[in-house]
Amino acid sequence: MTVHITTPTPDKAPPASSVGAVGWLRKNLFSSIPNSIFTILGLLLIYNLVPPAINWAFFTADWVGSTKGDCTSEGACWVFVIVRIRQFLFGFYPPSEYWRVITAFSLVGVLVAWLLIERTPKKGVVAAFTVFCYPIIAYFLFYGGSFGLPVVETHKWGGLMLTLILATIGMFCALPIGIILALGRRSSMPIAKSMSVVFIEFWRGVPLITVLFMSSVMLPIFMPETWQFDKLLRALIGIVFFQSAYMAEVVRGGLQAIPRGQYEAAEALGLSYWKTMFFIILPQALKLVIPGIVNTFIALFKDTTLVLIIGLFDLLAVVQAAFADPKWLGFSVEGYVFVASVYWVSCFSMSRYSQHLEKKLHTGHAR
Amino acid sequence: MTASTSSQLLTNLLMSNSSKKQFWWNNAQYRSLFFQVVLVAMVAGFFWFIGSNTLQNLEKRGISTGFAFLSQKSGFGILQSLIPFSDADSFGRTFLVGLLNTLLVSALGVVFATIIGFTMGVARLSNNWLIAKIATVYVETFRNIPLLLQIFFWYFAVLRALPSPRQSWSAGEVAFVNIRGLYLPQPIFGDGFGFVGWTFVLAIVATVCVARWAKKRQNETGKQFKFWRTAFGLVICLPLLVFFAAGSPLSWDIPALKGFNFHGGMTIIPELTALLLALSIYTATFIAEAVRSGILAVNSGQTEAASALGLHNSKVLKLVVIPQAMRVIIPQLTSQYLNLVKNSSLATAIGYPDLVAVFAGTTLNQTGQAIEIIAMTMGVYLTISLTISAIMNWYNNKIMLVER
Repeated sequence: MTVHITTPTPDKAPPASSVGAVGWLRKNLFSSIPNSIFTILGLLLIYNLVPPAINWAFFTADWVGSTKGDCTSEGACWVFVIVRIRQFLFGFYPPSEYWRVITAFSLVGVLVAWLLIERTPKKGVVAAFTVFCYPIIAYFLFYGGSFGLPVVETHKWGGLMLTLILATIGMFCALPIGIILALGRRSSMPIAKSMSVVFIEFWRGVPLITVLFMSSVMLPIFMPETWQFDKLLRALIGIVFFQSAYMAEVVRGGLQAIPRGQYEAAEALGLSYWKTMFFIILPQALKLVIPGIVNTFIALFKDTTLVLIIGLFDLLAVVQAAFADPKWLGFSVEGYVFVASVYWVSCFSMSRYSQHLEKKLHTGHAR
Repeated sequence: MTASTSSQLLTNLLMSNSSKKQFWWNNAQYRSLFFQVVLVAMVAGFFWFIGSNTLQNLEKRGISTGFAFLSQKSGFGILQSLIPFSDADSFGRTFLVGLLNTLLVSALGVVFATIIGFTMGVARLSNNWLIAKIATVYVETFRNIPLLLQIFFWYFAVLRALPSPRQSWSAGEVAFVNIRGLYLPQPIFGDGFGFVGWTFVLAIVATVCVARWAKKRQNETGKQFKFWRTAFGLVICLPLLVFFAAGSPLSWDIPALKGFNFHGGMTIIPELTALLLALSIYTATFIAEAVRSGILAVNSGQTEAASALGLHNSKVLKLVVIPQAMRVIIPQLTSQYLNLVKNSSLATAIGYPDLVAVFAGTTLNQTGQAIEIIAMTMGVYLTISLTISAIMNWYNNKIMLVER
């Protein structure tokens, strides 16, 4: 028996024009004449926008100084932002009390990180602490009036701090109301159902500005004269109603995605409606809609800028007010770029996180 | 729900067989009735509470209720108005002016946002790497910055930096841009222009009829009809012919610098420009995402099968990809249009005279009729929202029927 050992002739190398950098360029940028034209136009656009912008923002920018006179070069005058950074972050909060704000935000940062990072122990205890104890601690830290902390009236709150407070409280209170509304909308009780639908569609159908107008102008008329609401609380009430309607729709999406079999199985086990919801349906549904909740939080975070229209000083309003300072006229672009970058970094990272969650949570339950 | 009623029946059956007495509160029907009665009582009580407080507060402040204020003289001017308006007109007319301005900016915004959004959505899927990346950067940048900030940026940082009227930028000495706005030539329609307009309307009606006929004939006989050629001839060429036959009854009023400002022509105020730029750019990012997800949702097998049938690229797009992608795109597009209309209320922050700025702003401050005015404003937005979503739902159902 003879064994033929044949060595196959080695494959020819692909043509030089289809591999490596040249091949990539040909395939992705110059595959046809229109594509080449687009590429050249795109390059022109980048050439005309990016280097001047980078030059303006970094290489020819002024970073140190304390007055307008220190901005001597052509580029951005970041001195304006740096000099006023405390006001942009804390509004008119007394500087001696800044530690309270920093403590409250660091604490919530640690708690949220604890809940979000995988494989941390005792998540249940931490979650309960965040939901039930933290709001009380935060209230005393921000507002004071107890434990020897001086009272800081809410009209002194401002800047990024106020933005974060509005967004987190709005979200925190809107979630439970949203869940109730979503359950109501899917309920078999006709009156409960139609009331939920009317509530949800009403708040979703009107712009946030009119809601804020309504809460700031009409709330004092609707309530007895002895009930005093300060401006921040009125804005918050409006935001919570508005946000809960959107939250309800997100949660409803999750409820609809749970297969019927889950409801039927729970019923077959003899669980009551509330037990079915709390132990079987909601844990699955809420897990499914976490990305949606993060997305509505992003929307709310951006929408908090609207409170400047009813006279609250959030981050954008504080910066906008700083432009009117006669010592610092003409730095609006720097201010807007600063605010935009704060929002951009926060929103972009949150949306990336929500996309990551969406991939991670995609366990095949959704239909 | 059938499942719950059947289980109720089962429970009732079991209960009736057992010797235990059945309490009414264990019956699901009574319980839901009871619960709903409590709910109605609570809501009614809440509204009664609000209503009685409101009446008391209004009485104390000496504010009369009712819509009589709508016919009073307004006494203020409005920056931009699509209908004739002066300070001698009534508050009711300020409502109309504001509403029309809102509709104007919304309609223009929808058009621009759709154009930019579709372009960017398709560009993100382009096989040109650079174009796809530029579109991605555009979308990720502008959708993560609050709309109000973008409006402020265009209005205070960009449009305020434009030259003064004397140093205006001009395009061919007919259109001018300066800090006070954009000045465009205004068309003046001559005597015979009505014929052109009517021809145009008739041509559109005729085109719709031709389209129906062509579709019917293709369904019956399989013969295709060169529809676009006919449509072009009817809608574009025919009115043009009539236009020239009527002796070109159109002239232009060109703006000219007189003293410190431009006179004549058509002025687009910077408030409108800033609002429009921000609204279209912001909403377009969301439309781009909707378009991208719609196109990605079409299974690649569909494209391949269509190519295997011998359809060429444009037919694959037109007959296979776009109709399926539209089903995903339309609902998202609707909600973005609604957002745009609602977001146009941010106009009040830069003083564009929309419904909220004029009516819920100035008119409210002048009359103090907060409840009536806010209710009317919210009513308008609710009507617009519910109408658009009703139309879109109808359309959505119509195209959904095709699906098996």
